[in-house]
Amino acid sequence: MKLVTAIIQPDKLDAVREALVKAEIYRITVSRCAGRGRAEDLELYRGQKVAPHLLPKTRIDIACNEEFVDVAVNAILNAARHGHGEVGDGKIFVTSLDKCIRIRTGEEGGDAI
Amino acid sequence: MTRRLTFGLAAVVLLGLAGLTLANEDPTAPPAETGQAALEAAAAPTIDTGTTAWMLTSTALVLLMVPGLAMFYGGLVRTKNVLGTMMHCFAAMAIIGVIWMICGYAMTFGSTIKGIIGWDTAKLFLQGSDGDYYYLDEAKTTAIPELVFAMFQGKFAIITPALIAGAFAERVRFRGYCVFIALWSLLVYNPLAHIVWGGGYLTGEAIDFAGGTVIHISAGVSGLVAAIYLGARRGYPAVAMHPSNLVMTMMGAGLLWVGWFGFNAGSSVASGMQTAQALTVTQIAAAAGAVTWMVIEGIRYGKASALGMVSGILAGLVAITPAAGDVVPWGALVLGALASVFCFLAIALKNKLGYDDTLDVFGIHGVAGIIGAIMLVFFLRPDDGEPRSWADQIWPQFEGVLVSCGIAVVVTLVLVVLIDKTLGLKLHDDGEMAGLDHQLHGEHGYGLLNPE
Repeated sequence: MKLVTAIIQPDKLDAVREALVKAEIYRITVSRCAGRGRAEDLELYRGQKVAPHLLPKTRIDIACNEEFVDVAVNAILNAARHGHGEVGDGKIFVTSLDKCIRIRTGEEGGDAI
Repeated sequence: MTRRLTFGLAAVVLLGLAGLTLANEDPTAPPAETGQAALEAAAAPTIDTGTTAWMLTSTALVLLMVPGLAMFYGGLVRTKNVLGTMMHCFAAMAIIGVIWMICGYAMTFGSTIKGIIGWDTAKLFLQGSDGDYYYLDEAKTTAIPELVFAMFQGKFAIITPALIAGAFAERVRFRGYCVFIALWSLLVYNPLAHIVWGGGYLTGEAIDFAGGTVIHISAGVSGLVAAIYLGARRGYPAVAMHPSNLVMTMMGAGLLWVGWFGFNAGSSVASGMQTAQALTVTQIAAAAGAVTWMVIEGIRYGKASALGMVSGILAGLVAITPAAGDVVPWGALVLGALASVFCFLAIALKNKLGYDDTLDVFGIHGVAGIIGAIMLVFFLRPDDGEPRSWADQIWPQFEGVLVSCGIAVVVTLVLVVLIDKTLGLKLHDDGEMAGLDHQLHGEHGYGLLNPE
């Protein structure tokens, strides 16, 4: 089992979700977050340039069985890119997952995902 | 390159308009009629201070409706579009505020040209109106300062294009929108207001007390046309689109209700019996509309929603607008209730048809405006004890509605197509997904959601 965590641009959330649904991955967790990679984004307030230290990002967490890892990663990769790829498009982390337990039934492992 | 080209085109259009207005300021033109009339009246009329005071108050109340509308709309769109949507309303205050003083008032309340459009060179830039009078009686003995009347009417010109913005919310370019409302005001609002109120061919024929046809039907129908032409937002209707802040929407609806007293009661251009009658029916229709919507939702879904409540308030207020000074109090009760029923059905139908009138400008303003303008004939107050027959009045009402729909559909379609092809009106997909606030204004509305 793996945990696929993707940090993407908020405006690509819809596209990524559509791609995941197409790949038959429905169970995901999405959260709003802020972070800083290499991207910069200036905003103007009364002519004063403000460079936020942290930019708004969207985080997607997907717990999946081995056979779905590449499917999920590819779906996100293709959907989250702006054009041919821009600074700030985000990252995907794949980490191994020790245990997964469904609260309702107490089931464990691959079946619980 | 295309950008520069489109900018250039916009500049040419604007300069052309400016040239048009200035060219008409011909110094050799004969003195304006109003100036002569004022001289002939010899003795200056008495200023009716009661009416003046109420009209000044009403002017402020109607302006208050625009930020109210901004809050109403802003709360209904998604978080990423809240500033862009509120800017649409504020832009109307700014842009129409300027256009109205330059030529809007002269085009609407100047002497009529074939009953279709007004023109009065002396009133351009409000020059002739400064210090002149707006007479309250035939004998020209009492008056209010003309500037009060001009400013009061100017507020109506501001709120009308701002209403349209709700129909294509969340997906238009700011630049294209600004040009659109400027041209719409010149080519739809001013002629229509002239035809119905300013001495055009329906003035005194069709009853439109405070703007059912001129404002709500024209805005509703124009919104519908623009929304259908521009197409739906990306993902509509499959993707759930949550209102950013219904609390703000409810406060906005509250401001609209309060401001509507100026809107309707102010339209009596008096401070007397009819003013009180207009104010009373406004209150009754709004309340009746709200109660009806609550009951419908209660029966249908088992819950009365906050958004339903404010929709009912607006439906009632819109329906009573054309009727305000002319119907009996129980008529307001019926009109308000009917408006909610029909608007509820219209929105249900929209969801079936699937076009994206984002904030239901047609569903509320268009439908309730038509209901009010037509059904008012059944509740007319007797004229000096003489009952007024609905059969005599119903045709002029239909005519008013049809003229309003006709002008709105044709001109809006032409404007939307032209602006979309040149400057660009529909925002591209990426920009839409990023949100108007970030994409077009470089700001964001809610700081807390984006921790610094």
